[in-house]
Amino acid sequence: MRRVVITGAGTINPLGHDLPETFAAMKAGRSGIGTLDFRDADRLSIRIGAQVKNYDPQTHFSRQELVLFDRFTQFALLAAREAMGRAGLTVEGALAERAGVVLGNSGGGLGTVEDNYRTVFEEGKNRVHPFVVPRLMSNAAASQVSMAHNLRGPSYTVASACASSNHAMGQALMLIRSGMAEVMLTGGSEAMLCFGGIKAWEGLRVMSRDACRPFSANRNGMVQGEGAAVFVFEEMEHAKARGAEILAEVAGFSMTADASDIVMPSREGAARAIAGALRDARLNPEDVGYINAHGTGTAANDKTECAAVAEVFGAATAGLMISSTKSMHGHLIGGTGAVELLAAVMALTDGVIAPTIGYEAPDPDCALDVVPNEAREARVGAVLSNAFAFGGLNAVIALRSAP
Amino acid sequence: MSEDIRNRIIEIIAEQAVIEPSDVSMEQSLEDLGIDSLGLVEAIFAIEESFDISVPFNANAPEESEFDISSVGAIVEAVTGLVAAQKA
Repeated sequence: MRRVVITGAGTINPLGHDLPETFAAMKAGRSGIGTLDFRDADRLSIRIGAQVKNYDPQTHFSRQELVLFDRFTQFALLAAREAMGRAGLTVEGALAERAGVVLGNSGGGLGTVEDNYRTVFEEGKNRVHPFVVPRLMSNAAASQVSMAHNLRGPSYTVASACASSNHAMGQALMLIRSGMAEVMLTGGSEAMLCFGGIKAWEGLRVMSRDACRPFSANRNGMVQGEGAAVFVFEEMEHAKARGAEILAEVAGFSMTADASDIVMPSREGAARAIAGALRDARLNPEDVGYINAHGTGTAANDKTECAAVAEVFGAATAGLMISSTKSMHGHLIGGTGAVELLAAVMALTDGVIAPTIGYEAPDPDCALDVVPNEAREARVGAVLSNAFAFGGLNAVIALRSAP
Repeated sequence: MSEDIRNRIIEIIAEQAVIEPSDVSMEQSLEDLGIDSLGLVEAIFAIEESFDISVPFNANAPEESEFDISSVGAIVEAVTGLVAAQKA
C-alpha cells in the first residue's frame, strides 16, 4: 500500500501567525481567547472568542487580490504558503496534474455574506460588489490555493461542520493512497467571528461566557475561534526521493455517522471512528501515547468523548494522554481539525504534549489524563486527532512518527 | 461636470489597471490597459457607485450591451449620457 507522509505545515490562528509561534504558544499553554472585537459585538450576549489578532491583510495581499479573498480564503492562502515553503516544494511540470488541494470549511465566506446582507437589508442599497459570489463560495479557499500553487489535480472542499478538516485530510490521505495524487495540500480554514456568526451560535445556548474549560467539572460551553492550518501530504517514496524532511506519517483514518441526533453526540459513533482509525493504521491501543481530543468544553461532548476513548482503549487508557487545545485556540469549527493536527504533529516532532488549559476541577465523567494546564514532555510514537461534528459525523486521524 | 466625469472614470480605470491616471488616454481600450473581464465588472460597479447610476451591461454579451466599452473615451461618453438621462 502506498504510504502518506506530512512534509510541510503552515498556519495562522489565534495562537500565532505561523507554525513556530503556534507551537510556542501551545508549549507555553497560552490562551488566544479574549474579548470579541468587531462591528456590533456589543449586541451579543457572548462576548468572547479567539480572534486572529494583529492581522493586516494588506501586508500579505494586493488590493486586487483582497477584493476576491474573504477572510477564510486569506487564512487558507497564508497557511498554504507557509506549508509549501516548509515542504520545500514547487509544483511544476507533470507533478501539477498529480497534485491537488482538499480543504475543510463550514461557514465559507460568512463575513462576505454578512457584509452584503447589511448592504441590501440594513442600508437599503440595491447594488452589491460584483465579486460577492466568488468571495463567499465555500470552495473559494481551495480554488485560490490551487491557483497560487499550480495544483491541477483533485481539488475540492469538504463541509461537515466541526469535522470538516478531518474529513478533508482523510480525503487527501485516500487520494494519495489510491494513486489519484502524489501530493495534496489539505487542512481547513474558518472565519466565522462576525456578528451573525456568533449570534447564530448564541441561539443554541452552548457557548461559554467566560472560558473554554474542556474536561473540567465546571466547564460551561464552547468558545469560537478562527484561522487555518494547511499541511502538505505526500506519497512517502515521492517525499524520500526528493529528500524532503518528513514530519510524520499519516497512518490511518476513519469516519462514521451516528445516525441518531442532529446535535447530541454519540459514544457509539465516536468509539467506532476511533477504533476504525486504529485499525486502518494497524495500531494497537497501547501504541498510542496521545489523543488530541475534540474536547469542545460542552457538558455533552467531553463526557461522551471520554467514554468513547475509554471503551476503545480499555486497559491502555492508563498510559494515555488526551488534551483539548480548544482551551487555547477556541473552536475553529470547519478549520478546527487542521489546527488541532498541529498539536498532534508537535507531539511527534517535538516530544511535547500540548495542555488542556483552564482546567480547574476534575470531573468523574472525564477521568482521563487530560494534561491539565501545563504542557508535558513525552516521547510518543503514535497519536490520534478526534473530530465529532454536529450532525453526528465523526472523523479520526492517526499519525505515526516519521518512518 | 463632463470634466469631472472624465477624471473620475480615468481614476477608476487607472486603479483597475494599476497605473497612474496620467497614463490613461481616451483612445485606449480596456484590453490595451490589461483589464480583464473581472476588472471590467469591478470598474462598472465603481462607476455605478460613483455616479449613482445603473449601467446596462451584461458580461455574457458585452458587444450587445447598450453600454459602449470599446475605449476609455466611449465609456466617458456613455456615462455622461447616463448621468444626463438620470437628471432629466
